[in-house]
Amino acid sequence: MQDDAAQNQTLLGADELVLNMGPQHPSTHGVLRVKLKLDGERVRGTECVIGYLHRGVEKIAENRTYQQFAPYVDRMDYVAAVSNGLGYCEAVEKLLNVEAPPRAKVIRTIMTELQRIASHLIWLGTHALDIGALTPLFYCLREREEILKIFEKYCGARLTTHAFRIGGLQYEAYDSFEKDVERFCKDFERRIQEYVDLLTGNSIWIGRTRNVGVLSAEDCIALGASGPVLRASGVKWDLRRAQPYAAYDQYKFEIPVGTKGDTYDRYMVRMEEMRQSRLICLQAIENIPAGPIIGKVGKVLKPPAGEIYHSIEAPKGILGYYIVSDGTTQPYRVRIRPPSFINLQALDKMARGHLVADVVAIIGTLDIVLGEVDR
Amino acid sequence: MLDKAIFFFFAGVAILSAGLMVTRRNAIHSAVFLITTLLATAGIFLQLRAEFIFIAQIILYVGGIMVLFIFVIMLVRLDVALHQIQFSRQKWVALFVTLALAAEVGVMLWSSRKVPGQGFLLPNAVPAAKLLPNTEELAGRLFDGYLLPFEIASVLLLVAMVGAVVMAKKRT
Amino acid sequence: MHPNLHALLVFLQTWWVELVSGVVIVAVVPLIAGYLVLMERKLMADMQARLGPMRVGPHGLLQPIADAVKLLIKEDIIPDNADKLVFWLAPVVSMTAALTAMGAIAFGPTFQVARDINVGLLFVIGVSSLGLFGIVLGGWASNSHYSIMGALRSTAQLVSYETAAGLALVSGLLLAGTLNIRAIVDAQQHLGVWFVFLAPVAFFIYVVASIAETNRAPFDLPEAESELVAGYMTEYSGFRWALYFLGEYANMIVVGAVAATLFLGGWLRPFPNVRWMNWLDALPALSTAAVGVYCVWRAGKQPARVQTWFMWGVALACFAGALILGVPLLMAPLKFLVPGLHGAFWFLLKISAYIYLFMWLRFTLPRYRFDQLMHLGWYILIPLAIVNVLAVGVAMILETEYGWNRWLAMIATTIITLAAALFLMRLNDKREAAASSAAPPPEEASTEDSYAG
Repeated sequence: MQDDAAQNQTLLGADELVLNMGPQHPSTHGVLRVKLKLDGERVRGTECVIGYLHRGVEKIAENRTYQQFAPYVDRMDYVAAVSNGLGYCEAVEKLLNVEAPPRAKVIRTIMTELQRIASHLIWLGTHALDIGALTPLFYCLREREEILKIFEKYCGARLTTHAFRIGGLQYEAYDSFEKDVERFCKDFERRIQEYVDLLTGNSIWIGRTRNVGVLSAEDCIALGASGPVLRASGVKWDLRRAQPYAAYDQYKFEIPVGTKGDTYDRYMVRMEEMRQSRLICLQAIENIPAGPIIGKVGKVLKPPAGEIYHSIEAPKGILGYYIVSDGTTQPYRVRIRPPSFINLQALDKMARGHLVADVVAIIGTLDIVLGEVDR
Repeated sequence: MLDKAIFFFFAGVAILSAGLMVTRRNAIHSAVFLITTLLATAGIFLQLRAEFIFIAQIILYVGGIMVLFIFVIMLVRLDVALHQIQFSRQKWVALFVTLALAAEVGVMLWSSRKVPGQGFLLPNAVPAAKLLPNTEELAGRLFDGYLLPFEIASVLLLVAMVGAVVMAKKRT
Repeated sequence: MHPNLHALLVFLQTWWVELVSGVVIVAVVPLIAGYLVLMERKLMADMQARLGPMRVGPHGLLQPIADAVKLLIKEDIIPDNADKLVFWLAPVVSMTAALTAMGAIAFGPTFQVARDINVGLLFVIGVSSLGLFGIVLGGWASNSHYSIMGALRSTAQLVSYETAAGLALVSGLLLAGTLNIRAIVDAQQHLGVWFVFLAPVAFFIYVVASIAETNRAPFDLPEAESELVAGYMTEYSGFRWALYFLGEYANMIVVGAVAATLFLGGWLRPFPNVRWMNWLDALPALSTAAVGVYCVWRAGKQPARVQTWFMWGVALACFAGALILGVPLLMAPLKFLVPGLHGAFWFLLKISAYIYLFMWLRFTLPRYRFDQLMHLGWYILIPLAIVNVLAVGVAMILETEYGWNRWLAMIATTIITLAAALFLMRLNDKREAAASSAAPPPEEASTEDSYAG
């Protein structure tokens, strides 16, 4: 605390002040505290203070069995719980050297892509709201409602779904699953067009997002940014194509890539990703293979001693699980690589030189969820 | 009769506000009372049927110059000035000069009351029907007879504006 | 009788209509402003695929009353070191300016508080611009750094766009030839066309400038909720905040009234002089009756009985309104009522359309950043407004001195102004491209880490 004040004292020039944003703030998307060092209106430096939502999830993992820990991962990125579950289940399956049956893989893919659309919809709505467009939020929530209804019909929960099990799935796809997904996807194209009409060509939107928060490709790689942030800067790296998991190698989809790495490019990349997810879903429901939904896993899971690292392309970026097993029913260590945490580190680089009003846009464009940042 | 009441109301407000303005310590209070003074003066203009000057007073003086004053007051650090004692030595000189001026004005008013039909307290207003529309009359004179002074004044304002912009730019 | 008392009675006898009109405005406008808030919430909900206030009263119609009661019974909080006099004064100034400006507006050929002020339009603009004292003093009185900055920003925005609005109005005034509100509408009747068709660019500039004048989106950065500071209104709670808000909505009405008077023909119906369009005179009564019929039709479909009764009540009120509007048309001895009633109807319709446009824009467009806002005002709107004034002046000279057809002259000058607008925007784009390519956000040596250590 004291070196903080001393630091600020020595570093503050005559015109500089330190402005505190959060932890309670409508635009920080959670409990995030950002200290902005301002020179007049310009940001000269930022410092994020996190940990307000730390719940010790990784420590809890050491005292739960592998199956018991599965619901906990949903609570990290609570906006995209299904992806978290997919990453964890696949990581443990890797540890057990078990593969989920093809039917489970395809249903997992469909659910994950629907979750990606839902996560991007929340991002779009809140980002637009921060920049001042009041209406896209409600349209996005309306679409997301359809996805959550499908989730509820499938596994009983909307937000923290615990949809998958280690080895496959617990629940069979309900009767009208394909029909619901198809109806949603058919409808969704028209809805995306609504968002495009409202925002993409709008000169105010372009004025607020073009050249704001530019992150070059080298900086992205140096900082470890991933997901749409990385792709908008021009690096075509998507784990679904580079290291395919679940059933992604069976489907054709594009990887949208931006050029400048500014907020507008990240917006375009995520909009296009929603379209591609929709295409994946449509391809997947055409041909869901019959068969068992869960592989050969016992009731008591005792993976052999060892360690694995498995990562997936979550909506926010690369979500990785590093699990160390010591041969017992409880993992020795579960380390989670949260994409939001690592992307958040880019905030300083992106915000420098911009005006205070842009900081809100930059935080929004990083698409962070504090549950994941703090775990 | 009503004219009298309205005039005394506006004049009273003007004098009271002016007095309050010069005696307040808080600069913003002074500014607020200056605004009320100007508004009261505008009311007197209106009573004299000078509508254009009334509205020009409001738009330019109150809406322009007073806003400028208030901006300056807010942007300049005043806590320093608040603690200083201002004009302590000139209080008595000011009082003497004010009394002298007041006596002069009083003598003038008193001596003129004997002249019939031209009292200062109750001006003989020209009946409203005879007055030409204020704005048109003013515009006619300004653009017809007094065009050169008008243009000179506008060039002067332009120079002031450009100068202000140049000086501000140099700062940053 | 005492001469003073006699004078007072004579005064009241001459001016009682105006006094009553004044009282009506002061009493009714806050209520109307409250219902404008409800209309905005309902419109917002409709455009956002939801319902809006539904609980308080049928379809939320008593919501403004509930809000007013809540705000009145809230605790009156004054910040610690705030200046009490100015803190009290600021919202009052805001509201007073807006209401006073309404005094000079003619809501129809017969309803005007201050009749025939020679400088009517200038009065409205000048007095409504006094509202910015409410903002700047309110921000200062809150004794918080962020409030002051928000207030100063808001004031700077208002002052900049006032210039543009004024210049746009000048274009319209050139066509009218007078500042007297009654005479402006009479000029439009004389010419037989609303001024918006003769000077559309001026109207457009005025629309944009008036949105910025009233601090509405997309120019509402100083009072946006997701910004770092909530602006000059932060420290105001309870009824003081309500006064600010009502002042803002009253300002919207004033601005709409000015636009309706100068550009949209005031209380004239569309095509005011065209004889074969006289059937439009029946429109007020017919449209009110149509709304009544719709209410009757919906009354049967209401889920609850109280809602059915309410719809019937609304329908009856609509039919009564239709009768009031329609009967004087048909009955000769009552014909003198027609201009007043119908004029008021058309005028209020135009103001409503204008305010609907404001609300529509609020829900659709994102917000401008402050520097972009000022840039738009000073670099684009003001030059365009100046060019427009010149163009309209040239058009008028062409018409009077050189005998051009009025429409030809006006269309030619509109095209010139639009060309100037395109040129300005092209210039702007070039400037922006140069700025963004030349100087990406100025980076000091990127190794400097202010917070390292």
